Amino acid sequence: MAYSDKLVDHFENPRNMGVLDKDSDEVGTGLVGAPACGDVMKLQLQINDQGIIEDAKFKTFGCGSAIASSSLVTEMVKGKTVEYAENLENGAIAEELSLPPVKIHCSVLAEDAIKAALADYRRKQAARNAPTA
Amino acid sequence: MAVELPIYLDNHATTPLDPKVLEAMLPYMTSVFGNASSRNHSFGWAAGEGVNAAREQVAKLIGASSKEIIWTSGATESNNLAIIGGARFNARKKGKHVITVLTEHKATLDSAHQLEKEGFEVTFLEVDDQGLVTAQQVADAIREDTVIVSVMFANNEIGVIQPISEIGAVCREKGVIFHVDAVQATGKIPINVAELNVDLLSISAHKMYGPKGIGALYVRRGRPRIRIEPLIFGGGHERGLRSGTLAVHQIVGFGRAAELALEDLESGEIERVRGMRDRMWTALQENLDEVFLNGHPEHRLPNNLNVSFAYVEGEAMMMAIKDIAVSSGSACTSASLEPSYVLRALGVDVELAHTSIRFGLGRFTTDEEIDYAIAEVIESVKKLRDMSPLWEMVQDGIDIKSIQWEAH
Repeated sequence: MAYSDKLVDHFENPRNMGVLDKDSDEVGTGLVGAPACGDVMKLQLQINDQGIIEDAKFKTFGCGSAIASSSLVTEMVKGKTVEYAENLENGAIAEELSLPPVKIHCSVLAEDAIKAALADYRRKQAARNAPTA
Repeated sequence: MAVELPIYLDNHATTPLDPKVLEAMLPYMTSVFGNASSRNHSFGWAAGEGVNAAREQVAKLIGASSKEIIWTSGATESNNLAIIGGARFNARKKGKHVITVLTEHKATLDSAHQLEKEGFEVTFLEVDDQGLVTAQQVADAIREDTVIVSVMFANNEIGVIQPISEIGAVCREKGVIFHVDAVQATGKIPINVAELNVDLLSISAHKMYGPKGIGALYVRRGRPRIRIEPLIFGGGHERGLRSGTLAVHQIVGFGRAAELALEDLESGEIERVRGMRDRMWTALQENLDEVFLNGHPEHRLPNNLNVSFAYVEGEAMMMAIKDIAVSSGSACTSASLEPSYVLRALGVDVELAHTSIRFGLGRFTTDEEIDYAIAEVIESVKKLRDMSPLWEMVQDGIDIKSIQWEAH
C-alpha cells in the first residue's frame, strides 16, 4: 500500500509504544479488536486528579495503518483533558494520516480504544469512590 | 556484502525478464514484424518461423508435441479455455459435473463458478491440513456425468505439489478429462504430459522469466484426442481454438524462456534455489519462536516458503522489511479484507493466516540477498512483537484463546 509520509513515520518511529501499570488506580486500559480480524489495540491512559491525561501508551497487533493510528492517538491525547479524549473522532486521525478508504476502520478502532481506556478508568474511579456499605 | 536493494523475493507473483529472453525478443519487435499468418511474403514467413521454433521449445519443456501447443494471453485465459471450453464441448456426450479443489487459483475457481451459472454442478474437493488432495478423493468424487477434473500442479501461495501422476491415472482409467494448471510448477519440477496422463495443461510465461501477456494451453491430440470449445472467435487461429493474430515477439520470448527453464532443470539450478530456501527456513526457526510453515514441508516447490510469524500481522511485517519484496495472506493486504482462502482451506487459524508471509526465491536470488533477508526478517519480527499486545499476553502466560474478544 502506498501510504502517506506521516503514516510511514508513525510506523517506523512509533510514539509512546509501551506499557503503564495496569493495576494502578490512575491508569485506564482499553483492549479492542480481535486476533481473528487481524487488529488488536491496547491503549493505556494515565490520568491525574485534575482529569488531565498525563501519559499514554499503546501496543498494537495490526497493519501499518492500525499501528500508525494508535501511535497518533496517544500523541493527540497526551496532556489533554479526559473530555477532549472522550470527544475525539476517528475522522481527525484518518485525515492526519491520509488513510485510504479501505483503512478508515483502523482509525475507528483507535477511537474505540480511547473510549475503552476511559471507560476502564471511570470504572476504577467509581469502585474507589464507592461508599462503604 | 554488496546487496542491491530492494530485494525481490516474490517470484510467485511474477518474475523478472531474463536478459537472454529480451535479446531473443528484440528482433521480433523491430525488423521481424510481420504477421505470422501472412503466408505470402517473407515478412510473414520469418515471423512464422519464430513462432514454430517457440512452439517446439515450449512443447519440449512439458514432453508434448508442438502441434499440441495453443498460444493464449496467459494462464488465466488458458484455465478459462480448458475448463469452460472443455466442459462446454463435452457436456452433451458426458454430462455436466466438474471436479476441482478449494485451493485452486481464482482463474480456475471463477471459471468453475461460471460453469455453475451455466447449469453445471461443481465439486470442490477439500485439502488436508498440509494442503494436499489425494487420488482416492478424486476417484470417489468422479461420477457417470463427470466431464472434467482440474487440479493444479503446485499451489501459488503455499507451493504444495499435488499427486498429479496418481490423479492422472485415475482420470485416464475412468475416462474423464484431466486439466492441470502447471503455472508455478513449470521450470521447477520436470513435467511430462504423456507420463502424467494429463490432457490439458496451462502455463504462463511471466512466471518463468518470460514476458507478461503470453501463455499456452497444451491440448492432447492423441490417445485420447481432446476437444474443447473456443472462447474467442475470429479467424480460427490455433486450430480454431484461439483466434487472434499471434503476438510473435511474446511467443518467441516464451520459447526462449522455456528453453532456459529446461536448462535449469538439468543444471543443478533447482538445487541451488532449494539450498537457499532451506537455509532461510532453518535460520528463521533457530532464531525465532512460534513460526510455522504453512503447507507440506516436502511435497513443495523448491523455491517457496510460506511462514506464519505468530502475533505479528502480515502487512505490518511487509512494511517493516521494506527492502524486501514479498507477499502476505493477511486480510489487510487483500482488496476484499478477507484472509487467504488457501490458508483457510488448510484449516490454518484465522489469527495465523493474518500473520503469514510468502517468500518466492528465484533464478536471480543470491546467497547474499538471502543472508540480508534472514537478518531483516528476524529483526523485524522481534521489533513488531515488542509492539504486539498479543505477544505481551503470551509472555505473561495468558491464553489468548480464552479471551472474549469483541466482535468488530
